[in-house]
Amino acid sequence: MSILELNGITKNFGGIHALAGVDMSLERGQVLGLMGDNGAGKSTLIKIIAGSFPPTSGTIKLNEKPVTFGRPREARDAGIEVVHQDLALCDNLTAAMNVFLGRELVRKVGPFRFLNRAAMNEQSAELFADLKSETRPKDLVRQMSGGQRQAVAIARTRLSKPDIVIMDEPTAAISVRQVAEVLDLIRRLQDAGLAVILISHRMPDVFSVCDRVVVLRRGTKVADKPIGETSPEEVTGLIIGAIEAA
Amino acid sequence: MNKDTPEPDNRPDWFGFAAKYAAPIFLLGLVLIFALLQPNFLHPLNLLNVLRQVSISGLIAIGMTFVILTAGIDLSVGSLVALAGLVGAYVSKGGLDNRFAIGAEAATGNPVIYAVLAAVAVGVVGGALQGAAITRLKVPPFVVTLGGLSVFRGAALLFSGGGPISGFSPQYTWWGQGRIGIVPVPVILFFSAAIVAHVVLKHTRFGLHVYSVGGNAAASDLNGVSTRRVTFMVYVIVGFFCGLASFLLSARLNSAEAVAGMGLELDVIAAVVIGGTSLFGGVGSIFGTVVGALLIGVLRNGLVLMNVSSFVQQIVIGLILIAAVAFDQYAASRSRA
Repeated sequence: MSILELNGITKNFGGIHALAGVDMSLERGQVLGLMGDNGAGKSTLIKIIAGSFPPTSGTIKLNEKPVTFGRPREARDAGIEVVHQDLALCDNLTAAMNVFLGRELVRKVGPFRFLNRAAMNEQSAELFADLKSETRPKDLVRQMSGGQRQAVAIARTRLSKPDIVIMDEPTAAISVRQVAEVLDLIRRLQDAGLAVILISHRMPDVFSVCDRVVVLRRGTKVADKPIGETSPEEVTGLIIGAIEAA
Repeated sequence: MNKDTPEPDNRPDWFGFAAKYAAPIFLLGLVLIFALLQPNFLHPLNLLNVLRQVSISGLIAIGMTFVILTAGIDLSVGSLVALAGLVGAYVSKGGLDNRFAIGAEAATGNPVIYAVLAAVAVGVVGGALQGAAITRLKVPPFVVTLGGLSVFRGAALLFSGGGPISGFSPQYTWWGQGRIGIVPVPVILFFSAAIVAHVVLKHTRFGLHVYSVGGNAAASDLNGVSTRRVTFMVYVIVGFFCGLASFLLSARLNSAEAVAGMGLELDVIAAVVIGGTSLFGGVGSIFGTVVGALLIGVLRNGLVLMNVSSFVQQIVIGLILIAAVAFDQYAASRSRA
């Protein structure tokens, strides 16, 4: 049974057709590589799934039930977590406050509710330890390295028990060593039964962790096949248009 | 991941320390200098006088801190104070018929609580209108509140016909002129409000969201923080403080006037910015704002005691404001490096 099913997703921005009738499905425990050149529609598709904006037409089914998201919050509540390309972190806040931003833990004192910073720091420390990251909960994000920032953004997705984690270019701006860590993490998410959508430009990453690859070109899906039945050469050809479709 | 973790720097960070505590250090320095040059400065009555003078603009500066933390600005506070003060005074008097009555026949209108509620309501509604224009019409805060500066002043002049409403009951003027023990009432309100605002900013979800919206509004939205609601609320909060301050000001002066609060935005914004709150949003504190307000108050008072002309005071405060922002910029560029 597919956990996510997209049917005929179309998105127009004024006269620009960003997506034209994309169908896609995702199974539990599957890692799907979403590839395509800049402007192919990857980000638009992800933003529709994540509730940033609605599609012009088409339907989204989550666990076989049709859903519509008005805001990112609704998608998150439905079990879709996103690690954004720019990580969506507030530099002026601590690691722990970024992890819990939007779903802070509070303590009731009479009619008032106060932030429970101690609990948030403690839980963040556990999440960072799970990720084998040395990020400290009370450090300001402004002072952190690229890898630590990545850890904060990923730790955030583990707060809820999501069904789907979408990762937008998680390995674009970090060192080779950290790329291996992020890929390990993706495998751990998969082992836990989550479905992962990995947007990446890096062919080695996609071929090392993904079960399936979907290629978008100019807003349409030109390939959707198991990773074992394709090759980096074919995918490259599909991305740039040397191969029409596969 | 070790390799990518920056080496901890164990050298004492004098610059960082100075940057963090610049305003308190400067305030202490000023107090010392004035105390040495003018012994009367440290007289308790003079110090209480300084506190009384800063408490009205200080209350608004507390609200302004919320606004500036979201990277916003409110230029309309002086005008809103004039309008709210007049409406409060009007309610207190029960109309304009005895607008100049003083003494016993002044105390004929409505109870003081109605006047307070009316003034605060005008402030809150004024703030809400501006907040709505900023969040719904997407007009930048600078423009909306520059418009508000003109609109509220015009409304105040229209409402009062240009003249003052003066002469209130003792129950009314007590709020501006009275003392509890030796401490002036507005001073007690100022510090109480500062404590409450500090708790709200540092220990509630709303406070955290004020910081997050100022730090990265797009990221806040993606994480489920309603940037729009938070932004709207900070203008309501500053409006609330304008309403409260307008009442205290009219109580202190025993008069509400359409020209009240002219140029008040300078002192208010200067207090917040000198107190270390960044105009770019996301960084700052109520503690800093209280220090900034005290700093301006001490400076004014000290210069008066030393017979420096009030024209020069204006110049000095303006220059310190610019220096504070220059320092903020420099510190920000250093911390990025």
